[in-house]
Amino acid sequence: MSEKENTGAPEERVPHRVIGTPQPGVRLSERPGGEPETPGSLPGGVHEAEPGTGVIYPDPASARRAERLVALLFLVAFLAGVGFIASYVIFQVGDIDRTAVSNLALGGTMTIAFLALASGLVVWVRRIMPKYNLVQERHPMASDAETREEVSKVFVQGAEESGFLRHKLLRRTLLLAAAPLGLAPLVLLKDLGPLPGDKLRHTVWKKGLRLVVEGTGQPIRAADFNSPGGILSVVPEGYEHDLNALAKATLILIKLRPEQFKSGTNLNWTHDGIVAYSKICTHVGCPAALYEQTTNHILCPCHQSTFDAADGAKVVFGPAARPLPQLPITVDSEGYLVAQSDFHVPVGPSFWERGDAEAEVRGNA
Amino acid sequence: MSSATPSARPGSGSFTPPKAITGVSTFVDDRIGAGNFLKRNMRKIFPDHWSFLLGEIALYSFIILLLTGTFLTFWFEPSMHEVEYNGSYEPLRGVQMSAAYASSLEISFDIRGGLLMRQIHHWAALLFVAGMMAHMLRVFFTGAYRKPREFNWLIGLGLLTLAMVEGLFGYSLPDDLLSGAGLRITQGVLVSIPLVGTYLQFFLFGGEYPGTDVIGRFYSLHILIVPGILLALISAHMILMWVQKHTQMPGKGRTETNVVGAPFYPAFMVKSGAYFLFTFAVLAGLGTFAQINPIWLYGPYTPADISAGSQPDFYMGFLEGSLRLMPAWEINVGGYTLALSVIIPALVPLGLIMTGAALFPFIERWVTGDNREHHVADRPRNNPHRTAIGVSAITFYGILWLLGANDEISANFHISLFALTIFGRIAIFVAPAIAYYVTYRVCVGLQRKDAEVLAHGVESGVIVRSPEGGYSEIHVDPDEDIADHVRAKEPIPTLPAEADGDGIPPKGLRGPLGRLRAKMSRTYGAELVPLPAKNGHGAHGEEEPAAVGAGEDRKELH
Repeated sequence: MSEKENTGAPEERVPHRVIGTPQPGVRLSERPGGEPETPGSLPGGVHEAEPGTGVIYPDPASARRAERLVALLFLVAFLAGVGFIASYVIFQVGDIDRTAVSNLALGGTMTIAFLALASGLVVWVRRIMPKYNLVQERHPMASDAETREEVSKVFVQGAEESGFLRHKLLRRTLLLAAAPLGLAPLVLLKDLGPLPGDKLRHTVWKKGLRLVVEGTGQPIRAADFNSPGGILSVVPEGYEHDLNALAKATLILIKLRPEQFKSGTNLNWTHDGIVAYSKICTHVGCPAALYEQTTNHILCPCHQSTFDAADGAKVVFGPAARPLPQLPITVDSEGYLVAQSDFHVPVGPSFWERGDAEAEVRGNA
Repeated sequence: MSSATPSARPGSGSFTPPKAITGVSTFVDDRIGAGNFLKRNMRKIFPDHWSFLLGEIALYSFIILLLTGTFLTFWFEPSMHEVEYNGSYEPLRGVQMSAAYASSLEISFDIRGGLLMRQIHHWAALLFVAGMMAHMLRVFFTGAYRKPREFNWLIGLGLLTLAMVEGLFGYSLPDDLLSGAGLRITQGVLVSIPLVGTYLQFFLFGGEYPGTDVIGRFYSLHILIVPGILLALISAHMILMWVQKHTQMPGKGRTETNVVGAPFYPAFMVKSGAYFLFTFAVLAGLGTFAQINPIWLYGPYTPADISAGSQPDFYMGFLEGSLRLMPAWEINVGGYTLALSVIIPALVPLGLIMTGAALFPFIERWVTGDNREHHVADRPRNNPHRTAIGVSAITFYGILWLLGANDEISANFHISLFALTIFGRIAIFVAPAIAYYVTYRVCVGLQRKDAEVLAHGVESGVIVRSPEGGYSEIHVDPDEDIADHVRAKEPIPTLPAEADGDGIPPKGLRGPLGRLRAKMSRTYGAELVPLPAKNGHGAHGEEEPAAVGAGEDRKELH
């Protein structure tokens, strides 16, 4: 609207806005020679860009119309607010459906209330409050030279008065006193946890410990796990709910045809084509839970490290640097799968003290 | 006369404040002298531009996070002790789970408004980080980080980093299967840190992973110390902004020594209030209609399981992507392991972006030798190298972010996962370079467009037919505001590179580093498209020779 008032007739067909430039509505002035006037007439160091353009009031009739609109919006906000409180009382929660209804009622009324209130405020600002085009001077951030000099003088004077510079013993013992106190908070944190020791090198697997199916806790009879391509997620018996144990000891158990195995798999550690690998990815420890039967690939869903189950779970692709460790397994007298021993190398993500445990094992063998 | 008394509405009678207000204000002023402060600040001028509101989104999201977060703490139980669930959610009844997960379910299903608050809280966290990122990009591309605002730029980077950490802690708390995957990755990264990694892990988790302590510890960090630091930094950020006054976009009457706009009281204040409510309305709407993190579907955490397609919140996606792209490098020396395939992707991209951003104002100052204060924002096109660097960084981030969902992309678009990952490994180096070049050319092209507008005017849409029968479109002078906005382009300062009479370059530009600096300065400040002189344009551009082109003259300040 102000655009039309301000623009000369011949220019009306002119597109006033080029993309990337401000809207014509926020123009500062139409008059040429717009050097800012002298400051001073308004409080707070504020002045008008040009006389008469600083604060422009809307037309009173339009403001009255706007007031009705604002009032309507505020009324909607009021009703929605009442609706929110009513919804809290009326709609109970408990199951999925009832929670969904309650959530919809509470959230819906809340959204409407805020939206109406915000819209009302915006109409108020834009159509009832005046348009402003005020200018305030900036001053350089730096203090003037005189102030700086005075501050530095006072600082030096204070430092000398304090004697901190002259009294060497005082200064040095103060620093000395601060040193251990600075370290104290770190020392206090020591009891946050035990030292690692060799805990990352071992799991709960040991000779004779039975493999059981994750979830059901059923021990696995080798003769029953007999379809090639089969896969099971396996945990140690007795540790089904021990998360610390599971974080290292969970296995992925795969049945292959004997001729499928390649050199990477230690056949002495398999039983009748059944091989057990650590399920904990050697990259950052996610459970490598996906298995592709046609290629015998084990895939970690976190970062797509891919391991070849037929070849000692060596890395085929992805960021993992080491194969999934293989657990030596056999059967006990009742025909159930058991561990021959713990893993021979640490499972899970690499850590500083790990070293090339695989090479050590090969060296010992 | 209206201009003399602009604070009073023309024609209306004088307004006397009611006693309730004068009484209170006198009481306060008698005791703390607030009048002096208010006199200076009530009519503080705030410049207007849509892009100045991006940071406000983050600010308001933070307030909403505090409000909704407090609500959640009333019921959340930060404990990893096993309990048997017997709440309202039928499918999980009788299942063993941590108290944290059980109480998160309780908030979702047994507390009226609990699910709403949880969802608003999560959406607000996303908007908080997204708002900060958008705000940061605005500040970068308009050069608003320049002197004297370097402190606020650094505070902002600190806020962004802390917000990401805060988010990581937050989404670990419900202790569902999805949040556990994030926690597990955190542990895997932590333990791979050379020398101290295993110790850090044992201290953070109170022993072996996952232990029974970490939720409680993350809870303390998430609701106390990190938000405390965030609040302190946000306050400092706002105070500095207030003291230094906001930058303004170039335009008529806007200079380095003034600020043009509307007063804080009443207009800006009410607008800000409205904007807060809009932000809240949008978040409430999202919390109502857009389900987020339906923890009841994931089940309790166990380190033995994971759901395929696990994705972190969006701001962690780039770290996920860099972990996925990394080839399997690992070094074993003398019995110690350096897990490069974890350390590099976890630290290098974040380090590059954050360190680069932190140093950029200082490097730019070193290259341009520009030690002046800047209060008028640059238009991004007018500093092509800066803009190109910014877009290049966005591309780098964007590739990592996109490849953080390589499994989803692969599944939905039937692209080989391995091929996509290998593409990503190449693209992470090539794409930022391409982005740099393209952005640079686009900026220069836009500058040409500006010069053309000034030289030839804008198309009026009026077609005239000449007596000879030829048709042409009338070009008219651009609107004054637009012309001033465009004309505000300033040459980028460069270092004085000429050798003195004896052929010795100026101090600071000697030696290899100095020569590099001089070369960078010349390149950075190269003026390819000088604007036409102020009065050298006519309404009908056709008659004028094109003043647009790749001019080679370089402007040097000093």
